[in-house]
Amino acid sequence: MSETTTGRVPVTITVNGQPCTREIEPRLLLVEFLRRELGLTGTHIGCDTSFCGACTVILDGDAVKSCTLLAVQADGSEVITVEGLEGEEGLHPLQQAFSEHHGLQCGYCTPGMLMSSLALLAENPDPGIEEIRKRLGGNVCRCTGYQNIIRAVQAAARALREE
Amino acid sequence: MYPAPFRYHRPATLEDAMALLARLGDGARPLAGGQSLLPILKLRMDEPTDLVDIARIPGMRHIDGQGESIRIGALATHARIAVSEVASRFPIVQDCATGIADAQVRARGTIGGSVSTADPSCDWPTMLQVLDAEVACRGPRGERVVGIRDFFRDAYTTALEEGELVTEIRFRAPPAGSGGAYLGFKKAAPAYPAATVGVHLGLADGQVCRQARLVLGCAGPRPVQSREAEQELEGKDLNRDNLRRAAEAIISCSDPPSDSRGSAAFKRTMLHSLFMRAAEIAIRRARGETVKGGTLYV
Ligand SMILES: Cc1cc2nc3c(=O)[nH]c(=O)nc-3n(C[C@H](O)[C@H](O)[C@H](O)COP(=O)(O)OP(=O)(O)OC[C@H]3O[C@@H](n4cnc5c(N)ncnc54)[C@H](O)[C@@H]3O)c2cc1C
Ligand code: FES
Ligand code: FES
Repeated sequence: MSETTTGRVPVTITVNGQPCTREIEPRLLLVEFLRRELGLTGTHIGCDTSFCGACTVILDGDAVKSCTLLAVQADGSEVITVEGLEGEEGLHPLQQAFSEHHGLQCGYCTPGMLMSSLALLAENPDPGIEEIRKRLGGNVCRCTGYQNIIRAVQAAARALREE
Repeated sequence: MYPAPFRYHRPATLEDAMALLARLGDGARPLAGGQSLLPILKLRMDEPTDLVDIARIPGMRHIDGQGESIRIGALATHARIAVSEVASRFPIVQDCATGIADAQVRARGTIGGSVSTADPSCDWPTMLQVLDAEVACRGPRGERVVGIRDFFRDAYTTALEEGELVTEIRFRAPPAGSGGAYLGFKKAAPAYPAATVGVHLGLADGQVCRQARLVLGCAGPRPVQSREAEQELEGKDLNRDNLRRAAEAIISCSDPPSDSRGSAAFKRTMLHSLFMRAAEIAIRRARGETVKGGTLYV
């Protein structure tokens, strides 16, 4: 796409393994693409200032804030959202651990927490508490006080290592 | 939808991008990681007519850290720089890269975007001034290299001309027997810092200062540097009294705004303690110790 583009533009983004092609306005944010165009409302919008991390998804392997990215910037990329976590055998070990360790209360921040944790564990299967805190620093939770979230990530890391 | 409408372009090469920017004129903006631009567009603090997406242009992502001349491509992300050989060779670079924002923003944001924004609270401008870095720019009239001090004209204002892009950041490897540290304070990872300090010291006999570079961030429209403050240290013993005098000299040149991150008085106090800590870490690193630096938050 080297030409000048006015109006709607075609983009193809592979979301949770499914290539999705849509004609969109360039100003559409990735989070709006996911929620409105694809109906994947698991990815949340928690702020207007790129602060909270509720919108975190995995883009080509990196955790990113989907509210701070245009969908056109993700054209040709692979995205994983919270809907992509659950497998044939049920909940992902991270989801299981968040549930068992009370890593959520209202659940608003949870999709973002899960995706940041997923990126962390892909990089380091055995992170210490300090590293978990650092890597979840861009995810705000107003309910849990974070302790149980950290416990949940540690438990999920153990479960994944034993798999 | 949050941003106002704009046209979107994704040129394949640097030449195409420069030609487009020159043709589109002052309503157009380059788009790199989008981590400064997108928040601005979402709040409609800027309504460009066109965005020229440079993020996929090849040849601007390199982080070359072997020789004496260090070169970092404008599109290198904070996250990649943080784990690069340059960062392990020069801990002050690591201090800076790992302290920026949070993991998500670091994965997208670029060093070129950071210097081009010239946000007084951004970390790279302050840290790169400590290293006397240079900014390589390419535009319709060819390439030119601008010293970092001349590059920042005012808050959010750089020496970039219309159609010009930052292509590379360069600095010379600091000599053996020197060490630097970059320290900041912010209230949370995704917040911008309230105060930052970069210190680089060359040592002779382990205690006497050969050369000093002292720069404050978030303390005025541009990074704050003062030759007088540096001369409080050069040729002198690096004891606490001399360090305190240098801190007072440079802080007297600063003008931190009172805002949501703290009052001016609070920030001056913070600058002072960050300065003393950064100097201590720089001295220990110059002596070959491994010491942690970086931005602190609770
Ligand atoms: C929640 C949050 C917290 C943050 N916290 C910090 C922090 O603590 N410290 C910090 O330093 N930064 C922080 N940032 C900003 C971040 O570092 C940005 O990545 C950086 O300032 C801009 O880089 P970018 O690649 O995203 O640029 P973009 O947003 O794409 O562009 C920024 C500006 O620079 C121009 N531009 C971009 N690249 C070039 C180029 N190569 N040549 C010419 N012009 C160019 C664009 O036109 C635009 O005007 C934060 C951002 C967010 C969203
Ligand atoms: S919605 Fe808050 S950071 Fe994206
Ligand atoms: S569980 Fe409510 S915000 Fe985290």
